[in-house]
Amino acid sequence: MDYNNKMRLEFINKSENESFARVAVAAFISQTDPTIEELIEIKTAISEAVTNSIIHAYEKNEEGIIVIQCSINGQTIEIIIEDYGIGISDIEKAREPLYTSKPEQERSGMGFTVMETFMDEVEVQSVPGEGTKVILTKTLNKD
Amino acid sequence: MKVSFETIDNILIAQLEGELDHHTAKEVRDEVDKTIDAFFIKHLLFDFNKVTFMDSSGIGVIIGRYNKIHDMNGRVGVVNCNKYVDKIFEVSGLYSIIEKFSNLNEAIKSINE
Repeated sequence: MDYNNKMRLEFINKSENESFARVAVAAFISQTDPTIEELIEIKTAISEAVTNSIIHAYEKNEEGIIVIQCSINGQTIEIIIEDYGIGISDIEKAREPLYTSKPEQERSGMGFTVMETFMDEVEVQSVPGEGTKVILTKTLNKD
Repeated sequence: MKVSFETIDNILIAQLEGELDHHTAKEVRDEVDKTIDAFFIKHLLFDFNKVTFMDSSGIGVIIGRYNKIHDMNGRVGVVNCNKYVDKIFEVSGLYSIIEKFSNLNEAIKSINE
């Protein structure tokens, strides 16, 4: 029978929590015995999704909640990064390489492209005014 | 993230140490800009040898400094990138404007030619 496990993590939109989030998820999925390579790829994708929520979801000075849910289903890892902020009105445009709404902050617009590079699947669900949910999936040890 | 600097001829070498993400990018940016302005340097090399983690925030840091150096007709390069850093730079198309070197000696030699 496949090994299954789940966790949920909630924190506020402080940029200090970018490293906390990726390290916490990496610690959780370590029980599946991933390769260092898989672990770094997953950490990078989480960092991108959490950074998006921190930069875009909430107005300045607002204390916004970000929730990460991670589940292990056999060899497949699913990570959901969710915020309850402004949402994305044009998801297709947001996912375009090099598109950024914050060029003045030296953002490259490569966040979603990096997530797609390092994960098997990247799904984005968003409702303007309600929030955004990014679902990342990766199956480990595929070789 | 820690940044230490060294100058060789008119090249500024910025050695990055630790994790480069959105949170740490700001201090790296400020440190490098301050140092570019303080010394009369022309070219800039980022040494990634001691970088343990980087996400796409690193791209913005490099391009922002490239714009500054390019205005002064200088060159910008990255050195000692691990395969994850390299992949992020590659998918972003960064290598169309930034040079990649496998070590510092090679970078310095190329710039001085």
